[in-house]
Amino acid sequence: MEFFGEVAAWFSDPANLFGSDGLQGRIGEHLILSVIPLLLAVAIALPLGAWIGHSGRFANLVINIANIGRAIPSLAILALATMLLQAFIVSIGLRQFASEIATMIALTALAIPPILTNAYVGISEVDDDLVEAGRGMGMREGQILREVELPVALPVILVGVRTAAVQVVATATLGAVFATGGLGRFIIDGIAQRRFDEVFAGAIAVATLSILTELAFGFVQRRVTSPGLRGRRTALQEAAQAGRAAGV
Amino acid sequence: MDWGWIVRNLDEIGQRTFEHVLLTVVAIVIGFAISFGLALLIRRLSWLEGPIIGISGILYAIPSLALFAFLVPFTGIQNPLTAEIALVSYTILILLRNILAGLAAVPRDVIEAADGMGYTPSQRLWRVELPVALPVIVAGLRIATVTIIGLVTVTALIGLGGLGYLIVDVGYRRFFLTATIVGLVGAVLLAVLADRGFVLLQHALTPWARRRTVG
Repeated sequence: MEFFGEVAAWFSDPANLFGSDGLQGRIGEHLILSVIPLLLAVAIALPLGAWIGHSGRFANLVINIANIGRAIPSLAILALATMLLQAFIVSIGLRQFASEIATMIALTALAIPPILTNAYVGISEVDDDLVEAGRGMGMREGQILREVELPVALPVILVGVRTAAVQVVATATLGAVFATGGLGRFIIDGIAQRRFDEVFAGAIAVATLSILTELAFGFVQRRVTSPGLRGRRTALQEAAQAGRAAGV
Repeated sequence: MDWGWIVRNLDEIGQRTFEHVLLTVVAIVIGFAISFGLALLIRRLSWLEGPIIGISGILYAIPSLALFAFLVPFTGIQNPLTAEIALVSYTILILLRNILAGLAAVPRDVIEAADGMGYTPSQRLWRVELPVALPVIVAGLRIATVTIIGLVTVTALIGLGGLGYLIVDVGYRRFFLTATIVGLVGAVLLAVLADRGFVLLQHALTPWARRRTVG
C-alpha cells in the first residue's frame, strides 16, 4: 500500500505534471505522434480500400496485406523504420525530429491494414440492389460510391478507423524505446532507472489515453451511423468487431 | 545482411526463439483453460457474460507495455510472471468470445437430436456441441496465437529475452540491422507456422468436414 502512496505523490508533484518533461508535454507529444499517422493512413487507405471494394480489383492483395500486417510485430516495424530511415531523415536536415518522423512513418504503415480491409469489406458488401437502384436513377459511378456505398458502409469503415486509432495510440508508447517523446518515456525511463512509481504512473496515463481513444471513437461511430442503419447489427459488423487486432 | 553473424550465432538465435515459443505456449495454454472455464460458467450463469466480456475488453484495450508496467512494481522485471499475467489476460477476450460464439452457433436441431438420443448435458457438450463448435474455437486460437507471438516481442523490454531481444537489444541498441531482421523474420515464421499448425489440427480433429472445405 505504501507504493500507491508513492504513485499518488508522483501525481501531486507539479514537476511531473507540467512542462515539456511532465505529463502535459508528454501527452501533447503522444497525441502528435498518433494523430499525424492516423490522418495519413486514412488519407491513403480509405480511398484505396473504397475503390478496391467498388471495383472488386486487387481484393486478394488487401486480404494478404491484412494477414501479413497482423503477423509482423509492431516493435520490429518501429525498430526497422528507425534504423533504415534515420540517416535519410538526418540528411535532409530534420535531425531534431529524426526519431519522431521514423516512428510516425512506421505507425502510418501499421494503421493502413485495418482501415484498408474495413473500407474494402464495407464497400464490397453493400447490397447490389442498392447499387443497381442508384444506376437506375442515373447516378454516375463516382456518385454511387459517394452517395450510396460510402454512407451504407460507414459503420464498418469506422470500425477500421477505430481499430487503427487504438493501435496507433498504443504503439506510439513503444516509440520511447526508439528515443521519441510521448507517454512511453515514463515507462521506459522508469524501468531503466528502477523508478517504479514513475513506471506505474506512466502506465496509468497510457491506459487512460488508450481507453479514452476507444470510447471516443465508439461514440463517433454511433453518432455518424445513418438512422436507417442504426440498431441493425449486421453480421458484417460482428465480423469486423471480432477481427479487431490487438492493441500493442 | 551479415550472413556470417547468423551462422556464428545460431545458438543465441535458437535460444531466443525457444524463449519466445515458451512464453507464447504458456500464455495460450493458461489463457485457453481460463477462457474455457469462463465459457462453461457463462453457460450456467448467463448474466455473467456482460461483465466478464466487459472486463476482458478493457484489459484488451490497455497497450502491452502499459500492462507490463502496471505489474512490474509488484512482480518485478525479468520475471516471466509479469509477462504471463498480461499475455494471458489478452488471450481471454479473443478465446472466450470465440468459444461462446462457437457454442451459440450449434444448430438447435443438433442439440435436440442429442437430447432425444438420451445424452446427458455433459455428454452432449463433449460429444456434440464442442465438436460442432470446433472450427470457430480453432479460429479464435489462431488469432490469439498470432497476436501473442507479436506481443511477446515486447517482453524483451522487461528483460525476458525472446525474439524482441534480437530486435531491440542486439539490433537497434547496437545498430545492427541483421539482428533486427532475424528477429522480425523469426516472429513472422513462428506466427505462420502456428497458424498452419492449427489448421492441420482442425483438419485432423474434424474428419467429417474434410469432404467440404479446409481452413
